Amino acid sequence: MTSDKLNSRIPEGPLADKWSKHKNSVRLVNPANKRQIDVIVVGTGLAGASAAATLAEMGYKVKAFCFQDSPRRAHSIAAQGGINAAKNYQNDGDSVYRLFYDTIKGGDYRSREANVYRLAEVSASIIDQCVAQGVPFAREYGGLLDNRSFGGVQVSRTFYAKGQTGQQLLLGAYSAMSRQIGKGNIKLYNRHEMLDVVLVDGKCRGIIARNNVTGEIERHSAHAVALCTGGYGNVFFLSTNAMGSNVTAAWKAHKKGAFMANPCFTQIHPTCIPVSGHYQSKLTLMSESLRNDGRIWVPAKLEDAEAIRQGKKKPTEIAEADRDYYLERRYPSFGNLVPRDVASRAAKERCDAGFGVNATGEAVYLDFASAIERYGEIEANMKGMKNATKEQVIELGTKVVEKKYGNLFQMYEKITADNPYKTPMKIYPAVHYTMGGIWVDYNLMTTVPGLYACGEANFSDHGANRLGASALMQGLADGYFVLPYTIGEYLADDIRTGKISENHPAFETAEKEVNETIQKLLSINGSQTVDSFHRRLGKIMWDECGMARTEEGLKKAIAQISALREEFWRDVKVTGAANELNTELEKALRVADFLELGELMCLDALTRNESCGGHFREEYQTPDGEALRDDNDFAFVSAWEYTGEPSKAVLHKEDLKFENIKLVQRSYK
Amino acid sequence: MKLTLKIWRQNNTQTKGELKTYQVDNITDDMSFLEMIDVLNEGLVQKNEGPVAFDHDCREGICGMCSMVINGKPHGPSDAVTTCQLHMREFKDGDTIFIEPFRANAFPVLKDLVVDRGAFDRIQQAGGFVSVNTSGNTIDANAIPVPKENADMAFDAATCIGCGACVAACKNSSAMLFVSAKVSQFALLPQGAPERKERVLKMVEQMDKEGFGACTNTGACAAECPKEISLENIARLNREYLSASFSSK
Amino acid sequence: MSLTGLFLTSFLVVHLIGNLQLLKADSGFSFNAYAVFMTTNPLIKTVSWGLYAIIILHAVKGLALAVENKKTRNVKYAVDAGNSNSHWTSRNMGILGTIILAFIVVHMSDFWFSYKFGETPWKKYTIEFANPEQINVEEISGVTKSVNIVSETHQVLIAKDLYLKVKETFSNVIFVIFYVLSMFAIMFHLWHGFASAFQSLGINHPKYNPLIRSLGIVMAVIVPLAFAIIPVYMFLN
Repeated sequence: MTSDKLNSRIPEGPLADKWSKHKNSVRLVNPANKRQIDVIVVGTGLAGASAAATLAEMGYKVKAFCFQDSPRRAHSIAAQGGINAAKNYQNDGDSVYRLFYDTIKGGDYRSREANVYRLAEVSASIIDQCVAQGVPFAREYGGLLDNRSFGGVQVSRTFYAKGQTGQQLLLGAYSAMSRQIGKGNIKLYNRHEMLDVVLVDGKCRGIIARNNVTGEIERHSAHAVALCTGGYGNVFFLSTNAMGSNVTAAWKAHKKGAFMANPCFTQIHPTCIPVSGHYQSKLTLMSESLRNDGRIWVPAKLEDAEAIRQGKKKPTEIAEADRDYYLERRYPSFGNLVPRDVASRAAKERCDAGFGVNATGEAVYLDFASAIERYGEIEANMKGMKNATKEQVIELGTKVVEKKYGNLFQMYEKITADNPYKTPMKIYPAVHYTMGGIWVDYNLMTTVPGLYACGEANFSDHGANRLGASALMQGLADGYFVLPYTIGEYLADDIRTGKISENHPAFETAEKEVNETIQKLLSINGSQTVDSFHRRLGKIMWDECGMARTEEGLKKAIAQISALREEFWRDVKVTGAANELNTELEKALRVADFLELGELMCLDALTRNESCGGHFREEYQTPDGEALRDDNDFAFVSAWEYTGEPSKAVLHKEDLKFENIKLVQRSYK
Repeated sequence: MKLTLKIWRQNNTQTKGELKTYQVDNITDDMSFLEMIDVLNEGLVQKNEGPVAFDHDCREGICGMCSMVINGKPHGPSDAVTTCQLHMREFKDGDTIFIEPFRANAFPVLKDLVVDRGAFDRIQQAGGFVSVNTSGNTIDANAIPVPKENADMAFDAATCIGCGACVAACKNSSAMLFVSAKVSQFALLPQGAPERKERVLKMVEQMDKEGFGACTNTGACAAECPKEISLENIARLNREYLSASFSSK
Repeated sequence: MSLTGLFLTSFLVVHLIGNLQLLKADSGFSFNAYAVFMTTNPLIKTVSWGLYAIIILHAVKGLALAVENKKTRNVKYAVDAGNSNSHWTSRNMGILGTIILAFIVVHMSDFWFSYKFGETPWKKYTIEFANPEQINVEEISGVTKSVNIVSETHQVLIAKDLYLKVKETFSNVIFVIFYVLSMFAIMFHLWHGFASAFQSLGINHPKYNPLIRSLGIVMAVIVPLAFAIIPVYMFLN
């Protein structure tokens, strides 16, 4: 039974008509009234920048916040591979329904049908919009848009701009936003960090933010607030997220009444550069697009793996027959293009069994040798070279691969000092994306009236596992095409409200609390650095709430995190003052929230007695090691209500109803 | 390895700064340059000293936030990388490394190595966009074919990460490479055509207002650009600007 | 800067062709005839006033540019790695230009000023076309205007003897060294300036860049070198 605190507001009617019907019935705010209404958008990634730009174009007065020095730096910029859209330009049978189906299935049947269908529906408009903005997508020689394939699907629907699709899309949204800033419709607050939301009479009416340059604590009021603050992968310390990516905005909202949904659903991306040392500060992703052409393997013999780890053998010396292309072996129909969660777990399984190929034993190979040969032969044929030598073929093939993935190979070489054209890349899974997030209804409104969440910050579309190239799609869908429509439903009631006063006692209290927290952190003057706490939290999370989870481990983790949090508030050392640019203080404020979130994530993982998508409980697996879902008991969204302590959060369930898709065991075999 | 660091310390925009000397030890080859500074900072915090403030975020060479000048070179000695992608294997045990902020009056220092690059945002706001509102009804993405060559060139220009290394490297603190990259991207695409003239005139006007110097074609910008943005873009900007100036009303 | 610069470069070529007359062993006939042509032809006179204006414009604008650009960075870098990312000449156009300006001032006062307003002896050249190798030269006085008469059989030229002035100047080793060094300044100035002018005008195309670059090198090396040969040659003779 869905909790009565959760009203998903999914429109009635057939799936394919829900969104258009809803758009037609949603209340409108007339242009003159929009000018009287303030909307705060926190975060300027794909979701935030697109929402801010579109809301401003519509006439709302927007205040946009980012902690970076410019909106263009938000971490969406680092997305490499591409963006999905059901355009069917390749005539391979793609359709809105197929994109919807692939996304639901990829998410292991833990997402809302109506939301996902809407996402698939607007996907095509996103590409139209971006091209109109001047986003330079890759094109074919005829001048039309090119596509590539991503994991978990059997069509080519991914639009891309080399390995920098996120950058190009974000710069498109940023330019749209810049246009509105220039017009005065958006007021930009860069180097600002949101530290609390302010509720007036039960409605979200503003935020408290810290100016990170001057340290000033500021009050900002609005009629509605949209959190587009991304994911919380940095709770693991090491992740592919940016150093500054954090949960603070979302967590403060959670503490003020927004439910956190499925917080344990974390995506561990299979193709990242492995960890190399203690001081490593972040992990670098190698785009999933590499799995179009790269083959993943480990040695088939333990002694070969051992020799490689000790540096006695090179991968190129392992004979073809002695290699275990384990994804192709286990999943013949999808091969190297299985979804991320499956690929990651398979890598962990091999490494745990002793077949890892770097010094730490936590790496597998991603090999381009056969792709280079294959492309080389095609090129040689096209050039009419009948008896091309192996060297010539390899040279030609290398050029093709360089054209496709040059920048990624270059990046890999810069980091590892290995040449991936000559020797296979070493990769290992790393935390990449969080499917979980703030619970939202169909209108993207959280459980706090007037408070919205978009993009990775919400939980809505990816279920228990996100498919490649769908994050960009969702961020832009929410920001360009969903929120700007649905927010009218709420704001239509606010046309007579007038400006929200920043002198309301609620602002005063919130500001006071923020100041107290800062003073507390600065006055502890303990003996351990913020980073050392963050590192320890990350280790607990990675070990117990990472790729594989157990009841025992999770219980242990909850106790450890709670103790670590207590230690943090007793012994952390934060240098500097409140009223200056203070990077240690910024970090401390973020880590304090991670220390609470981590516990909730473990609690959520502990409660979900099934395996699905990125959530793999060792107790629940099929005999051949696949995730074992329990649709009878767990086909729900877990939405957690904060009650004073992360461990005492109250679980509310939103039942997931599948009316258009039959739930089956996900198979990529 | 063991290193001597000479790092610019400055409290805020109003105060004067100076180079201070620090020693770091146990630095390994596979650390990135920023991780080396993390190590230094962790030590400084332990000693109750303020850590060195520096901008950084994605640490994979794409956000454009990291910004230091290392031994006189923006983003350090390696070509085509940002500071976060620079690895310590480029240095030797016993080296002395000078670390300074990007220096230009248009980029005031906020603290230590952190500078304010808001001028770039304002240039973008002046005209770095295509005026198209969001709607589900723009024309189909494939309605206007774009020659692959132009699309590729536009992409190459669009890979600019707005880090400001061009300004930092230029003896004139000129922002031409940055501006030219944006102008080129739109000038090469049919979608940018309607506002072509207005865009280049407004962006250049804003650039001049921000106090960047004039371009004297030294080429230092392109040589130091972590994304290898080509000088051809500056020529294109000059072309666009001249033709817009002659024909504008 | 680019347009004026390219104009001045083209002037250099014209100037060089004229100056090469100095190398002719004809007692200065060709050179002095050239000087007369350059100072009396109405079209050339107009162009030369334009030239002076352009030199001044180029210098004033260039210096202003250097000064303005200098002002964009109040705090200098402790370490300068300019050589690793740009050519020395490109970073020192202001200094090179200033040297060239100083040279032009000296050069003009040496020759142009003294030719126009100074005491320069007059020469009368007579050539019989039947025997063009034989040039008859005599010093004359009391003339105020140059004359060039060409009949069917012979040519008579009465002109100020600038050639003599040049010869006198270049018998002084200090002047020779000064002129030669100044040509180096021009060489460096053009090394960057020529190609740079095209870039500023927006002319940059992978197909034509090598051509511009090579032409620039020819301009930067051959032209100043040829200029520099003249004082050295005259000094040695």
